Amino acid sequence: MKKHWEVLVVDDEPVMRESLAAWLAEDGYSVDTAESGREAIAKAAVKDYAIYFVDLKMPPGIDGIETMMEVRRLHPDASVIIMTAYATVDTAITAMKEGAQEYIVKPCNPEEISLLVGRIIKVKNLQRENLILRKKLTKHYSFHDIVSKNPRMVEIFELIKDVASLKSTVLIQGASGTGKELVARAIHFSGDRAARPFVAVSCAALAESLLESELFGHERGAFTGAVERKRGKFELAEGGTLFLDEIGDISAKLQVDLLRVLQERTFFRVGGNEELRVDVRVIAATRVNLEEAVAAGSFRDDLFYRLNVITIQLPALRERREDIPLLARSFVERLAHELGKEAGEISEGAMRLLVDNEWPGNVRELENAVERALVTSKGHVLDEDDFAFLRRDGGRGNGWSPPDNLSLDEIEKQVIVATLNRTRGNVKEAAAALGIDRSTLYDRMKRYGMNRVNV
Amino acid sequence: MIAIATAGKVDGEAVAWIEGCLATEIGDDTERISPVPDPGYAYDASRGQYSSTLVLHDALARLPANASKLLVITERDIFIPMLSFVYGQAQLDGPVAVLSLARLRQEFYGLPPNRALLLVRARKEALHEMGHTYGITHCGDTGCVMSLSTNIEQLDAKGSGYCDDCTTLLREASGTQKSAARSEAHSGGSR
Ligand SMILES: [Zn+2]
Ligand SMILES: [Zn+2]
Repeated sequence: MKKHWEVLVVDDEPVMRESLAAWLAEDGYSVDTAESGREAIAKAAVKDYAIYFVDLKMPPGIDGIETMMEVRRLHPDASVIIMTAYATVDTAITAMKEGAQEYIVKPCNPEEISLLVGRIIKVKNLQRENLILRKKLTKHYSFHDIVSKNPRMVEIFELIKDVASLKSTVLIQGASGTGKELVARAIHFSGDRAARPFVAVSCAALAESLLESELFGHERGAFTGAVERKRGKFELAEGGTLFLDEIGDISAKLQVDLLRVLQERTFFRVGGNEELRVDVRVIAATRVNLEEAVAAGSFRDDLFYRLNVITIQLPALRERREDIPLLARSFVERLAHELGKEAGEISEGAMRLLVDNEWPGNVRELENAVERALVTSKGHVLDEDDFAFLRRDGGRGNGWSPPDNLSLDEIEKQVIVATLNRTRGNVKEAAAALGIDRSTLYDRMKRYGMNRVNV
Repeated sequence: MIAIATAGKVDGEAVAWIEGCLATEIGDDTERISPVPDPGYAYDASRGQYSSTLVLHDALARLPANASKLLVITERDIFIPMLSFVYGQAQLDGPVAVLSLARLRQEFYGLPPNRALLLVRARKEALHEMGHTYGITHCGDTGCVMSLSTNIEQLDAKGSGYCDDCTTLLREASGTQKSAARSEAHSGGSR
C-alpha cells in the first residue's frame, strides 16, 4: 500500500536531503527531492505528493513557509511537514500561525517521525478508499450522466434502453429540475442516432414568432430583420434527435405546425414555398400535465396523442431521497473540479440536512446548492454551516405569514420581482435562487407581463 | 559474493557471527575483506556522532570488483541529519550498507552487558540492512526482520528471520543479481 505514496523532500543541504529520502525509501515511499523552494513548487505543479517535508530555512529566495503556502495553493489537501533545526519558540509559533499542521525539529527521534508519517498516511489511505468506493458506487448507479439507485429510476433506465433505437416520439413529464434533458440525451446517445446531432430547444424561452423561425428556419426577407436565409432546428437535427423542452408552452399556431411535421415529416421555412423533408426523432418534455391542458382546451388533443406514444414520468427528488447522497457527492466531485478546488467531503450533518430538504427545484436545485456551498466554503469538508442557506430559505414557512388579500399568482409575481431585483435582473441567478429553471422563470415573467428591462 | 568489512575497532566475535548469519539466511558466499578507515572523517562534533551517509559514500568507493554487496560494521554511534540516531543505513537496491553495534549493546542504556542479546540484535539489524540492499522495503509483519524498528524495544520484539514474502523477494533479487553477475563475467571472458 505504502509504495503508491509519493513524498517530496525539500532541503538545500544535500546530505540532509539524501539521507531523509533514503530513509523514507526504505520505508516504502517513492521519494523525490528538491533543493530549493522554487524547485519544490515546480515539482508540486506537475505532481501531487502525499507528504511534503520542507525545511524551514532555505537561503536564498523562497523559504519553507512560502513554499508550504504555494504548495497548499496548488493542493489544498497537501500534508506539509515543516522541518527546522532552530528549535526556538518563535519559529515554531510562526510556522503554526502560517498554517503548518505538522512541525518537526531535527534531529528527531525515529519513532516520532515514523508515527507522524504513519498517522498522515492512515488518513490518506482512508480518504482514498472512500474516494474509490464512491467512484465505484457512482459508476455502478449511473446511466449516461444520470445517477440513481431508486427503483423507479432504474426502471426508467431500462425503458430508455428499450426505446433508444425506436423512431417513436417520446414525451418526458416531470417537474422543473428533475433532469428531463438528461433523459432525452440518454435516449439519443444510447440509440442508433448517437452519431447524429442532438439539438435542444426550450419552447418557453421564446416568443411565438421567434420560436417558429427557430424551429423551422426562415427565408431571406421573410420578415424585418431576416437578412439571410436561416436553417431551423429541424434541419440542424437531420438524422438525429430534436429535443423540445416545455412543449406545453407553445402557441395554438405552432401546435398545428408541429403536428404537421410529426405526421408528414415535412415543413416549410418561414416565408418559404419549398417543402422540406426531414428525418428527425422528436423527444418532447413538459413540466405541466398535458392531459389536464388538453382537458382545459389549451393543448390540442391530436398533438398530445402524437407526442404521447411513449411517456416517461420522472419522479421529484423528494420521491427518490436515497439518491441525494450519491448525487450530492457526484456534484461535489464535478463542480470542485470545475471551480478549481480539491474535491472534499460532505459532513454527516450536512448530508442529513440535504436528505431531509424538500427540494422543490429538484436535482437542479441540489446542484445549485452544492455549487453555492463549494464557492463559499473555507474548509475541506462541507458542513452544515456551508448549507445554512437551505435552512434560511426553506424554513421560511414557520416564521412567515402571507400578506392579506393576495392571490397565489400575485404572491408569486412579487417574489419573482423581488428576486430579480436582488439579482439586478440576472435571470440565471434568480432562477437558481428560486429553484426553478431558466425557461420556467421566463415563462412566469411572460405570464406576469414582466420583461427583463422593467424589473 | 557479500563482502564484510569493519570500520574502526570492532568486536571480532560479533563480526564472525554476523558473517555466518548472512551466509545461511541470504545463501550467498561471504568474504571478510580488509578494514575500511575508522570513520573519523564522518564525525560531527556538535552531535558527538558519525554520519552514516558519509560512511556509505566511502564504502561505495571500496566495493570489491568480485562482490555484489558490501556491509560495513562499526562500533561508532551513527546518525542521519533528520534523526537522532540510526542502527544502520543501506542503499535501497544498491550495493552498500552500514551497521552500528553502538546502540545494540546494553551498556549504551546503562545496563549490564548481555552478549547473547547483542548477537541477536546484530543478526536482526544485519539481515534488515542487507534486505534493503536487495530492494526490500519495510515489511508490515512485525514478526519479520524487515519490519521497521524505531527503538530498542521494537528491535527486541521483532523476529530474527525474513517472513515468507520477504524470503521470496530476497530469493528473486539475489538470484537475479547472481545471474546478472555471472552473465557479466561470461561476456567479459568471451570478449
Ligand atoms: Zn529499514
Ligand atoms: Zn517481511
